[in-house]
Amino acid sequence: MDLIKQLINGIQVGSIYALVALGYTMVYGIVKLINFAHGDFIMVGGYVALTVIPVLVSAGLSPWLCIIVAILFCALLGMATERVAYKPLRGAPKISVLITAIGVSLFLQNLFMLIFSPNPKPFPNFLDYPPLALGENFQISFVTLLTILLSLIIMVGLQFFIQKTKMGKSMRAVSEDPGAAQLMGINVNRTISVTFAIGSGLAAVASVLYCSAYPLVEPTMGSVLGLRAFIAAVFGGIGMIPGAMVGGLLMGVVESLTKAYISSQMSDAVVYGILILVLLVKPTGLFGKNVREKV
Amino acid sequence: MLKVINLNVSYGAIHAVHGVNLEVHQGEIVSLIGANGAGKTTILHSISGLKRPSSGQIVFEGQDLVKTEPHKILQMGLAHVPEGRRIFAEMTVEENLEMGAFTRSNPQEIREDMEKIYHRFPRLKERRGQMAGTLSGGEQQMLAIGRALMSKPKLLLLDEPSMGLSPILVREIFDIIVQVNKTGMTVLLVEQNARMALSIAHRGYVLETGDIVLSGDAKSLLEDDRVKKAYLGQ
Repeated sequence: MDLIKQLINGIQVGSIYALVALGYTMVYGIVKLINFAHGDFIMVGGYVALTVIPVLVSAGLSPWLCIIVAILFCALLGMATERVAYKPLRGAPKISVLITAIGVSLFLQNLFMLIFSPNPKPFPNFLDYPPLALGENFQISFVTLLTILLSLIIMVGLQFFIQKTKMGKSMRAVSEDPGAAQLMGINVNRTISVTFAIGSGLAAVASVLYCSAYPLVEPTMGSVLGLRAFIAAVFGGIGMIPGAMVGGLLMGVVESLTKAYISSQMSDAVVYGILILVLLVKPTGLFGKNVREKV
Repeated sequence: MLKVINLNVSYGAIHAVHGVNLEVHQGEIVSLIGANGAGKTTILHSISGLKRPSSGQIVFEGQDLVKTEPHKILQMGLAHVPEGRRIFAEMTVEENLEMGAFTRSNPQEIREDMEKIYHRFPRLKERRGQMAGTLSGGEQQMLAIGRALMSKPKLLLLDEPSMGLSPILVREIFDIIVQVNKTGMTVLLVEQNARMALSIAHRGYVLETGDIVLSGDAKSLLEDDRVKKAYLGQ
C-alpha cells in the first residue's frame, strides 16, 4: 500500500515536470533554443495566480479562473519574450541566444523580487476539497488527483493537436525544415509565436498545480523546478514531445521512490545517476533519434 | 508573367549574381543552365523570397516580389521545389501534400486536388501513410513536385530535379514536367543536366559565375558550339 502511495506521489510530481518539460522540448524542437527563462515562467504563473485569486474571490467569481488568467498571462509573456529577446537573434551564434535566455531568466527573477520582495509568500489553498478515499487508510488528496488527471488530459490533447490539426502539422514542418515550410506558405514567425504561447501556457498550468501542492511562491522557485524539467526533457530526448511526457513522469517516480526507500538526500544523486547512464547508452535520450548531420 | 530585371545578389563580400535579366512567359518551360556555383539556385531563392537581393527587380504578374515575404509569394501563385527536394521526412506522404496546400482553405477542393496528384503519381498513393523519409529518391522528387502543385501555382520553380537520380528516373521526372506543363503550368527549371533541361524547354538561359552569357530558343542553344563544348561534352 505504501508503494502505491509513493508511486502516486511520484506521478503527481512527474506530471508537473512533464508539463514544464513539454515547454522546453517544444521550443527546442522549433527554434533549437534551450529557453532558460522557461522555469521562471512557472514562477511568474505562481505570482499571477497568487495576486488574482483574492481579486476573483472579492468579485464573487470562482478562484479556479486563476488558472485561465495565469495561462493567458504566461502565454503573452512567452510570446513577448520571443519577440523582444530571441527573434532579433535568429541566425546569431547559438551561444548568444543562450546567454540572452539566461539574461531573461535573471531579469524576471529580479523584477519579481522588486515587486513582491524576495521572501516566500504563502499560496492560497483554493483547491480545498475532500480527498478521495480508496478503502481504509488509503486516500488521494484532491490536488494530487487534479494534477494527474489534468496533466493527462492536457498531454492527450496536445498530442492530438500536434498530430492531427493543421496548426500542429505546420509546427512539425517548421521544426523539421523552416525554409521548406516557408515555401509551403507557412508563416514561420507566427508558428514560432504559437509554440512559445503553448509552452508558456503549459508552464502556467504546472505552476498553479505545483503551488497548490507546495503552497509557497518565491522569485527563485523557477530555477530548481525548471532545471528538473529541463533534465526530464533531455532524458526523454530533447525536441521529442512523447519524450518529455515519459521523461517527466519517470523522473518524478524515481525521485519519489528514492526519497521513500533509499534516502531523501540521495534522490537527486539517483535521478542524475540514471540520467548519466541513459545518456551514456543513448546520447539523444530515450525517444531521441540519431541526428543526421547535413553536409 | 515573370520578369527579373538587373538582379544583383551578394553573400557578404561575395557578389554571386551580377545584373541578371530574365523573363518567363505564360505557358513556357524556361531552363536556366550552368555549372555548379554559377548562381542558379541563388536566383531561384531570390524569386521565392528566401534570399534578399541587394538590388534589382523581380516582377510577377505586375507585382514586385523583392520585399514580399516567402509565404505571401506562394499565395500569389509561385511554388518552389527546392534543391535536394526538402520533403518533410518525419511526416507522412499525405501530410507532406497537406502542407503543400497550407494556404488553401476549401477541404473539398484540397481533397480533389490530392486525388489528382495520386492519379498522376500512383506510387505516392500506395505510400500515402508512410513516412516521407522512407521513400526512394525518385519518389521523394515526385512528392516534392506533388507538394508544390498542391498550392495550385501559376508558376512552378524547379531546382535541380535530376539531382541524385538514375538516368531512367531523370527521364521519368522530366516526362512529368512536360506533362504538367501541357496542363497549362508555366515552369522555370534550373539544371546542371543541360541536355535534358534544354531538350524539354522552349527557351533557355546559360549562367556563368553570376552572368547570363547566352540566351534564346532552347533548340538553337542545343546547337550552339559554346554550349556544346562547355555543357554537353561534345
